[in-house]
Amino acid sequence: MKTIEQKGMYQKFPRSGKDTRVTHYCAGCGHGIVNKLVAECCAEMGLQDRTIFVDPVGCGVFTYYYWDAAHISAAHGRASAAATGVCRARPDAVTIAYQGDGDLGAIGFNNAFQAASRGEKFGCIFINNSLYGMTGGQMAPTTLEGEKTTTTPFGRDPALTGHPLHVCEVFSQLQAPVYIARVSVADTKRILQCKAAIKRLFEIQRDRKGYALLEILAPCPTNFGMNPLKAAEFCKNEMEAEFPLGVFRDTEKTGVGEAAIPKPQAPSAILAVKPVPQFATCAELFGVPDGVDAPPAENDPSVPERRFKFAGYGGQGILSLGICVAEAARLQRRHTLWFPSYGPEQRGGSASCSVVVSGTPIGSPTVEHPDVLVCMNQPSYERFVGDVKKGGIVIVDASVPIMKQPPEGVKLHQVPAIKMAEDFGVPKAANTMMLAALRAFKATGLDDEHLETALCASFKKKPQLIEKNRDLLHRAEAALKQP
Amino acid sequence: MSEEGTGVVAHPEIEEDSCKGCGRCVAACPRKCLELKVTLNKMGIKPVGYTGTGCIGCGMCFYNCPEPYAIKVVKP
Amino acid sequence: MTKFVKSNEAVVMGALYAGCDLYFGYPITPASEIAHGAAKWFPMLGRTFVQAECETASVNMMFGAAGAGKLCMTATSGPGFSLMQEGISYLAGAELPAVIVDVNRAGPGLGNVYPEQSDYTPAVKGGGHGNYQTFTLAPASAQEMCDFTIKAFQMAAKWRTPAVVFADGLQGQMMETVTLPDAELSRPDFSDWAAQGEPKTRQNLIKSIFLDAAAQEVFNDHLQRKYEDMAADAMAETYLAADADLVIVAFGIASRIARTTAETLRRKGMKAGVFRPITLNPFPRERLAAAAKGRKIMTIELDAGQFADDVRLNLAKSGLGAEAANVMMIHRMGGQVVTVDDAVKAAKMILGK
Repeated sequence: MKTIEQKGMYQKFPRSGKDTRVTHYCAGCGHGIVNKLVAECCAEMGLQDRTIFVDPVGCGVFTYYYWDAAHISAAHGRASAAATGVCRARPDAVTIAYQGDGDLGAIGFNNAFQAASRGEKFGCIFINNSLYGMTGGQMAPTTLEGEKTTTTPFGRDPALTGHPLHVCEVFSQLQAPVYIARVSVADTKRILQCKAAIKRLFEIQRDRKGYALLEILAPCPTNFGMNPLKAAEFCKNEMEAEFPLGVFRDTEKTGVGEAAIPKPQAPSAILAVKPVPQFATCAELFGVPDGVDAPPAENDPSVPERRFKFAGYGGQGILSLGICVAEAARLQRRHTLWFPSYGPEQRGGSASCSVVVSGTPIGSPTVEHPDVLVCMNQPSYERFVGDVKKGGIVIVDASVPIMKQPPEGVKLHQVPAIKMAEDFGVPKAANTMMLAALRAFKATGLDDEHLETALCASFKKKPQLIEKNRDLLHRAEAALKQP
Repeated sequence: MSEEGTGVVAHPEIEEDSCKGCGRCVAACPRKCLELKVTLNKMGIKPVGYTGTGCIGCGMCFYNCPEPYAIKVVKP
Repeated sequence: MTKFVKSNEAVVMGALYAGCDLYFGYPITPASEIAHGAAKWFPMLGRTFVQAECETASVNMMFGAAGAGKLCMTATSGPGFSLMQEGISYLAGAELPAVIVDVNRAGPGLGNVYPEQSDYTPAVKGGGHGNYQTFTLAPASAQEMCDFTIKAFQMAAKWRTPAVVFADGLQGQMMETVTLPDAELSRPDFSDWAAQGEPKTRQNLIKSIFLDAAAQEVFNDHLQRKYEDMAADAMAETYLAADADLVIVAFGIASRIARTTAETLRRKGMKAGVFRPITLNPFPRERLAAAAKGRKIMTIELDAGQFADDVRLNLAKSGLGAEAANVMMIHRMGGQVVTVDDAVKAAKMILGK
């Protein structure tokens, strides 16, 4: 004796605290028919242990009461985003999102579309019943022209609300999906086709082939305002006239339906994806010193705090000069901090950064009154020179006309950094010239050795420049030290 | 329809209290051997019933039914 | 092993040491370096980086990944944090651990990319719908951006709650020396509740829905008890506060301004100290009360006074009504930072000097 009976569902549905064997769906609801098929396919394929269903908000919200598998009940519209998280977190699982046409077609359309575009490895079952069911029969993006809903009481007028959204057709423009199909549960023949399609959806996920979308046309007798048989007829006649059934894409199996946008024949070599270097542990990844290692800062109250401001024009290397001084401070086991001006102005115009070096932990990171100001151009000099602390040092490029004198008790050095760099044939090394000046004038309170190591470390990505800059540093410093 | 020797006759088993009376199975039955009853179930709905003869065990009623446990089809 | 790194990068390092397996994020200044670091380093350790299509997607991807039993995170700034609020409510409602780093910028609206602490209320009180809270930590240095990100994962896992690392644009962009952790944390086992796609987790269900009002109430009571219990993990630090006439209360970057302000005042012969909440939720109420009792109190903050109000509330709840009534505040908004000079002036006024 054989039976045809429900598989893959719980025996009882403890909804609202009651053990019922009846679903919450209305009489003749398409969801109910689909729910049975999904559970049956999952069970027949032996995938219940591996499957994680991502449930929607909408009439499908209670599938977790029915399908005997793990569930994650997502926010309205976000099942595809949540399913992205699930399939990325559990690549060995079979991830299935279940969404309605408000959920997927409206509020969550971009999440679903982008997940499809990324080729996320989950299957998305999309129930299209042409309206919002649970909230009371409002218009959905899929509502037919002229169809009456509670928010199109005179029938959907395309002049006001546009035309029905064809989800499968839109998704078919994408490269990544491996399966896109539209089926229906309006009658026996269609239900059996639907079962085969759901099976295919599961197969694709079982075999981790890629993204799959299955749109299912489903009757909603309650909100159609029709008896279940009339609703099924409406689904078959009116809905299919707008939304033709068929397999839009099944590249894995039949090669049906390549994406509408062809790939370029020979992709450019500069666009190649590079292999990602692999590390087993964080210590391996971060433990390889990409600069020079040093122990943590030590507390030495005898070392006074020194605050620096570096300013100039974007591209003059002012930010890296600041980093270089801060890095030297780290190597000397000082507490140190670097902070840039940032925001839209970082892409052109003036650039500045602050550095603090101290023998004790640093409080406020902002440099309101620098001990040392290094300026590469006139606007930055004029902006900051008045803030320099008594006893402080200002180093300014010799090209800057001194229209404004520093405060009393502040020493001004004019250094031809830009010209020296040009004379040395390396115009980009003006900041190295300024580092030489900082050394020559003993402006940092840091050891020359650490400043030099930090300079060399700053060229770790361009090792051919290390010796060149070291040489420039020495030559510039010698020149500056000449009386 | 019974298969020789088994003694089992194809028939639907209907869990009346799980039926919402939508009639999809009645319309789908190729042998027209289902009908809505005149009596009410616990929900106050007229559930489907088997006329008693004609079932071939095709399962179409089961697949058209939106309820998991309203209909089960037994076949030889 | 020390490294001189941007605070935003230190967040990623901390996350990786904490065992975070997935990063979901959408770029936004001044938090983007966190996404840059994650995009580079997560795949190098065989972990997952996904650039989401929007912050709504990021937070819901976290819902999925956390529901599937993995540690995951995102990072954003004000506008993105606003977009995430619904999702954070869902995370809290489903009791899922996840870490959200909010590098505050100035608002409202588009505002600008400079530092504020104006996301205080949504980050500390639960900015979405429903009676939920997050575990919220406020780092003040690159080292703490690393360490507190790790702590945030530990607390998120321990309390099954979303945790927020509450930073600001100034901190995010700042470079400091970071000592890397000694060892990676082992992954927590969530198989008793997570949907992992394995036989033993087949009956697990992640949800935030309780259609039955009585069941929802029971669940909400459970959540509120959990939030009360979280107080055991409240953290704070004091600096020069023991004999202080004036206690400066500040968190995050403002606590460093407070520190320099207190030092400056001390040099001028005025007894000032600092009380710094490290966890903004749970708020270290008892420690604040102990440090503030009978003292003058001034907050330094980069918002309109959301934090000062919370300080008043916590003092009042500790029975320190008089202190609460006299909490003074110095603050800046719009991306401007309170200067030590201004803070010192304000403090002297409060001290009557």
